Amino acid sequence: MLLIPCPWCGPRPELEFRHAGQAHIARPADPSATSDAEWTEFLFLRSNPKGRHAERWRHASGCNRFFNCVRDTVSDTILATYKPGEAAP
Amino acid sequence: MRHSLFSIVRNAIGGNRGWPAQWREAAPKPEYDIVIVGAGGHGLATAYYLAREHGISNIAVLEKGWLGGGNTGRNTTIIRSNYLWEESQKLYEHALKLWETLSQELNYNVMYSPRGVMMLAHTVHDVQSAQRHIHANRLGGIDNEWITPEQAKAFCPLLNIEANIRYPILGAALQRRGGVARHDAVAWGYARGASALGVDIIQNCEVTGIDRAPSGEVTGVQTTRGAIRARRIGVVAAGHTSVLMAMAGVRMPLESYPLQALVSEPVKPIMSCVVMSNTVHAYMSQSDKGELVIGAGTDAYTSYSQTGALHISAHTLDAICELFPAVRRMRMLRNWGGIVDVTPDRSPIIGKTPVPGLYVNCGWGTGGFKATPGSGHVFAHTLATGAPHKFNAPFTLDRFRSGRLIDEAAAAAVAH
Repeated sequence: MLLIPCPWCGPRPELEFRHAGQAHIARPADPSATSDAEWTEFLFLRSNPKGRHAERWRHASGCNRFFNCVRDTVSDTILATYKPGEAAP
Repeated sequence: MRHSLFSIVRNAIGGNRGWPAQWREAAPKPEYDIVIVGAGGHGLATAYYLAREHGISNIAVLEKGWLGGGNTGRNTTIIRSNYLWEESQKLYEHALKLWETLSQELNYNVMYSPRGVMMLAHTVHDVQSAQRHIHANRLGGIDNEWITPEQAKAFCPLLNIEANIRYPILGAALQRRGGVARHDAVAWGYARGASALGVDIIQNCEVTGIDRAPSGEVTGVQTTRGAIRARRIGVVAAGHTSVLMAMAGVRMPLESYPLQALVSEPVKPIMSCVVMSNTVHAYMSQSDKGELVIGAGTDAYTSYSQTGALHISAHTLDAICELFPAVRRMRMLRNWGGIVDVTPDRSPIIGKTPVPGLYVNCGWGTGGFKATPGSGHVFAHTLATGAPHKFNAPFTLDRFRSGRLIDEAAAAAVAH
């Protein structure tokens, strides 16, 4: 089980959190001007890297806020967590 | 050497020292007609059917580790074809029909055992969903029947059908032709068959790059054992598909999750079927060695660690203990994880990619073992002819652009 440092609440066990997928995916600003390929990218295509990965978590049994996290997907080591809107370290 | 009563008796007399190696130890040649990346069940089956049915044997199957050491050797070996949508039914039923004669086809005992797969319903929604599946399956010519809790108990006496548990059993969908097979034997049998037909199986050979011509098409692969030229490349790499496809600049609609399984200490035969439950999130069968084979859903986050969190297994065992109270005192011997590649619609991707000459067979997620023969068969057709077999035609990569998804998320054995 991971020990995840929530940017607001500090380190808490993984059981308190919900994983919420890849981070920094922005919905297309103008849907009607968005091509099929751009929708595919937004809806379905994922980086799925072996190594450093930026992802979202939600502190569901705590402050219930979303935040971002950089984790190594080979060792599962959490390298950083940061608040939404902040740039990935 | 073919397996027969004669060869078994003769080798038994000789102390079983006369068996030859089952497949050749091959060194990579500079060029092949087709390179298949990944020597798991699906990749080896692809090579076998390419050689057997399409007459193409100048093939290399490259494996970064050892043959059948990925998800083929890590899954819980359940076979069934009771999927919801017509496209899936045809694909998985194609595989199930191949399972029925696979031991004879390969002259290798894959221990396919159609012992029945029972999927439990615990809520009104489960009942409706199971019955919808049953109707869909019967329209598609696939056996699947509704049984009452008492019939379920008769079919699997270990089951707890008391009304006083948290999620009482309201009935079950039973596919009698479903069952299990010996996972390692499937990889070994296909490897032996393919190798005998001239396919080179090259282990400890990791692909580190995919070469492309200036015009875009593939020209070969870079590996830890040197460069290999090929005009056609089939990637059958399960959890590592995204990593390999990135080498060719193709982004995939995949996420890789650990999926755990565990086995108990071996005991006398106590369970003669497979039982799965979506709602309480567990499934169990008994191997021929006597171990109870247990699994459930994927871990919560993407990872390539080939391990998983203990609380996920503990959650699975909570459910097992409620469904099968008789096994509460049993000890677990081993648990492990495999990395499964999950698509947004929980259906596989089998076919072409935007890169000419590059083909992919991936996205089997948590349930690829059951499809092994069918997957290899249709992918071999696709690689040999450059066009999909009728059964994998709907399973394109392009469906994530066109929107023609095959949404089997609700049809899988366990909730994802």
